[in-house]
Amino acid sequence: MLQLSDIITWIHEFLSANIPAEWAVKLIEYVLVGLGFLTLYALIALFLIIFERKICAYFQCRLGPNRVGPWGIFQVIADMVKILLKEIIPLKHNDKLLYYAAPFIVIMGSLLTFGGLQFAKGVHGVDFNIGVFYLLAVSSISIIGVMLAGWSSNNKYSLIGAMRSGAQVISFELSACLSMMAMVILCGSMNLSDMMESQGRLWFIFQAPIPAFIGMVIYLIAAHAETNRGPFDLPEAESELTAGYHVEYSGITFGFFYVGEYCNLFINAAIGALVFLGGWQPLHFPGCEGFNAVMDYIPSCVWFFGKTLLLIFLSLWVRWSFPRLRIDQLLHLEWKIMLPFSLFNILLMAVLVANGWVF
Amino acid sequence: MSPNEIFVVVFIMALVMVIGGSAVGLLLSPKSKNIQKGEQYESGIPTRGTSWMQFKVGYYLIAILFLMFDVEAVLLFPWAVLVKDLGVEALYAVSFFLVVLILGLAYAWRKGGLEWK
Repeated sequence: MLQLSDIITWIHEFLSANIPAEWAVKLIEYVLVGLGFLTLYALIALFLIIFERKICAYFQCRLGPNRVGPWGIFQVIADMVKILLKEIIPLKHNDKLLYYAAPFIVIMGSLLTFGGLQFAKGVHGVDFNIGVFYLLAVSSISIIGVMLAGWSSNNKYSLIGAMRSGAQVISFELSACLSMMAMVILCGSMNLSDMMESQGRLWFIFQAPIPAFIGMVIYLIAAHAETNRGPFDLPEAESELTAGYHVEYSGITFGFFYVGEYCNLFINAAIGALVFLGGWQPLHFPGCEGFNAVMDYIPSCVWFFGKTLLLIFLSLWVRWSFPRLRIDQLLHLEWKIMLPFSLFNILLMAVLVANGWVF
Repeated sequence: MSPNEIFVVVFIMALVMVIGGSAVGLLLSPKSKNIQKGEQYESGIPTRGTSWMQFKVGYYLIAILFLMFDVEAVLLFPWAVLVKDLGVEALYAVSFFLVVLILGLAYAWRKGGLEWK
């Protein structure tokens, strides 16, 4: 069966065979890898924008975009062209350097996290031995960009939005971190490739069902809150803050925040799929040989993107079903409910793993 | 390719994306001059004062609590990798550490540090 990693190996061998200079091969590969990541990043953002608009329309009994192309699928392309043609308004009283650095930091944070994911069998970018730690560390860089955007715009709305966003993201970061730590305890390694390997037999969610399930629910809530969406969208709160931290951005500089937000949605769902649901590993049960063999026929990238889309759909479902929370309710949820639960979850997982009471 | 090289490549790609996108935007977009245009948008009324001012202290408290628990998470990660090998004895030591932390959380809770005022 043809796999994505075979294509990558084939490209590498083709380049090495046809180009004598070794540095030229490396350079071409760097460019290819970079462009590949960038293209995939942009395509995923475009796809998620139309996906969310359609899903939200169906939740509200509307049709959604349906004029540009069949089922409106070219609507996002039209929007992208439009946003490039919009004027970038030069502001008067802002801090220029921080104002223009903010979109870069947001994009950098989410693109580096994107680079750390595992897309299919043998298809991965930044595969450090501290993979999970790397993902957690890099994904929280984006919040610095958001804070800078709100702070440097010299606008009270964006300042309030940025402060709310900062408080919310760093609070929920803790729960996401602790619930992923429980899975590190179960696996015994922080390397994502090792984690994938040990999920080949059985997904983590089935290996230790009770703590893994608690951890997954906590992670999904925290990840949802980290993307500033759904019932946790206080930073943007369009009815009170107009748009929050990006109210002063126009044209493509606003577009970067928009793309970053949608890609963070994908990245958070993908991390959830990788750490809890087995990533690109097919659904396997020890002892059911026939079933496992049938599942192996589905390509690994289909498994990865399928699980990710499922979690994204869950996130959209929550977003379009619940009203917005107040900030005190939000912090109550994090500090008094989710944090004690995730600490307890770590202890439970450690007791189970240390005694060997896992499947 | 090693992870470090890909890391640098992806970082450069972020730069390329933002600078390239901004350049294309600047090239394609129209430009018009207007005295009012550069003003901050605050619901149509003229802005009063600057927004670089003192802000609600509750956010600061959240940041300090976050710092405490994040450092705790960093200290726990090396143990988390080795739970399988270290076994039950290390579990007692770490649960003592966790209990101290939970006491810290309980203290902050009792003192009203988790209330939003």
